[in-house]
Amino acid sequence: MKWLREIETFWTLFTAPTVWALHFLICYVAFAVFCAKQGALALSFDTVRLALGGVTVVALGVIVLSAWLAWRQWGFGTDDPPHDAPTDEDRRKFQGFATLLLAGLSFVAVLYVSVPLLFIGACQS
Amino acid sequence: MHHLFIVMVIGGAIIWALTIGVLAYAGRTRPKPMSVRGASRLIVWGGVAFPVIVLFLLLSYAVWLMPQVRPWLPGAMDGTAEIEVTGEQFWWRILYLDQAGKPAFETANELHLPVGRRTTFRLKAADVIHSFWIPALGGKMDMIPGRDNTLSLEPTKAGIYRGPCAEFCGTSHALMAFSVVVMEEADYLAWRAARTQAPVAPQKTSGQELFFRHGCAACHAIAGTPAIGRIGPDLTAVGERQTLAAGTLSNTPDSMIRFIRDPASIKPGVKMPAFGMLPDGDIEAISAWLGGLK
Ligand code: HEC
Ligand SMILES: [Cu+2]
Repeated sequence: MKWLREIETFWTLFTAPTVWALHFLICYVAFAVFCAKQGALALSFDTVRLALGGVTVVALGVIVLSAWLAWRQWGFGTDDPPHDAPTDEDRRKFQGFATLLLAGLSFVAVLYVSVPLLFIGACQS
Repeated sequence: MHHLFIVMVIGGAIIWALTIGVLAYAGRTRPKPMSVRGASRLIVWGGVAFPVIVLFLLLSYAVWLMPQVRPWLPGAMDGTAEIEVTGEQFWWRILYLDQAGKPAFETANELHLPVGRRTTFRLKAADVIHSFWIPALGGKMDMIPGRDNTLSLEPTKAGIYRGPCAEFCGTSHALMAFSVVVMEEADYLAWRAARTQAPVAPQKTSGQELFFRHGCAACHAIAGTPAIGRIGPDLTAVGERQTLAAGTLSNTPDSMIRFIRDPASIKPGVKMPAFGMLPDGDIEAISAWLGGLK
C-alpha cells in the first residue's frame, strides 16, 4: 500500500462528503421515482426501504474506511494541529486531519438523512 | 400537533436555561486556565456530541410525528370531512365532498364548519396563485394552479371568522376574503342536510324571471332552478351569507343593488359585467329575490 501514500490528490479529502451527497441523492431519487410510479414497479414500500437501509450501511462503511485512512494519514493523532509549517509532513497531516473531520460530519449527516427511512411508512396520497 | 408544541417549548426552554446559566456562570466566576486536554474534551462533548445527539432526537421526534401532522399521508385523516376550495379572481369556489370523496354540493365565499371536528381542505387555483388563510384557525397555504395542496384545520370555538386571500392575485386581491361560520355539530349537520337534500325550488317571482331574462344564469348556478352557470359564484342561499362579493360588502339589499349595477366600481378588475343599463326596478326585483334565497 506504499503507492497509496505517494499519490498526491485532494480526492481523499472529498470522499466522505461525496458519499454523503450520493447517499442523499439515491435515497431521495429512489423514493421520488417509487412514489410516482407505484403501480408500474413490482416493489413494495418496505423493499425500497430495506434496500435504502442497505445503501445507508454501505455509505457509513465507506465513510468509516475513509476516516480510518485519514486517521492514519494524520499519524493516528501523534501530533496536534494546526500543522501549518511549510513542509511535506505538515501538509499531509493537515489533509489527514481535515479529512477526518469531514468524515465525522458526513457520518452524522448520513445518519440524519436516514431518519425518515425509519419513521415514514407510506407515499403521499 | 398539540404535543409537538409542548415538547418544543419545554425543550427550547431547557436549552435556553442551560445556555443562559453557562453564560451567567462564565460571567461571574474568574475561571482558572484549563488544561489542553480538558478544553478539548469540553469542546468534543459539549460542542459536538451534545448538539449532535439532541438534534438527532428532535429530528427523529418531528419525523415520527409527521404522519399525524401531515394530512396527506394515507390514514392520517380518515373519517374527517373534506372540502375543496378553489381560488378564482377574486372569489372562492367551495365544493363540499361526501364521505366517498364525491361532490356533494357547491357554494361560494362562505364556509360552514363543525366545531371540534377536523376538516381537510383540498386547495386549488383556477387562474393565478392565491392563498387560503383563516388566521383564527391556523396557518395559511398557497393555492397554486395545477396543484392540489392540502391543509387541515380544527376549529375549537363556535363563531364567525374571516379569511383573507394571502397572496397578491390582481387588482382586487385586497377585496378577496371569505367568512367562516363555525357551528355546533348538530346545527352543522342540519345545515348540510338542507344543502344535500333535493333542492326546493325557490318561490317564483318577477325577480327570478328577470334573473334568467338578463342572462345572470349563464354565469351563476342556483340549486332548484335551471341556473347552472359556472363562471361566477354559486348563488344558492346567497341571502344567508354574511357578506357579498367575497367579503367586500355587508349582505344588504342596498349593497346587492350597487354590486349588480356596477361591480367594477366596487371590485376593480372583477369578472362580472356591469348591469347599469337595466331599469332600476329590474335590479331591485332581482336583488329582492336573491336576498330572499336562504
Ligand atoms: C360573465 C359572467 C357573469 C354574469 C353574466 C353575471 N355575473 Fe354575477 N358574478 C360573476 C362573477 C365572476 C362574480 C364574482 C365577483 C367577485 O367577487 O370577484 C359574480 C358575483 C356576483 C354576486 C356576488 C356573489 C357573492 O357570493 O357574494 C352576485 C349577487 C351576482 N354576481 C349577481 C349577478 C346578477 C344578478 C347577474 C345578472 C344581472 C349577474 N350576476 C350576472 C359573473 C357574472
Ligand atoms: Cu386571491
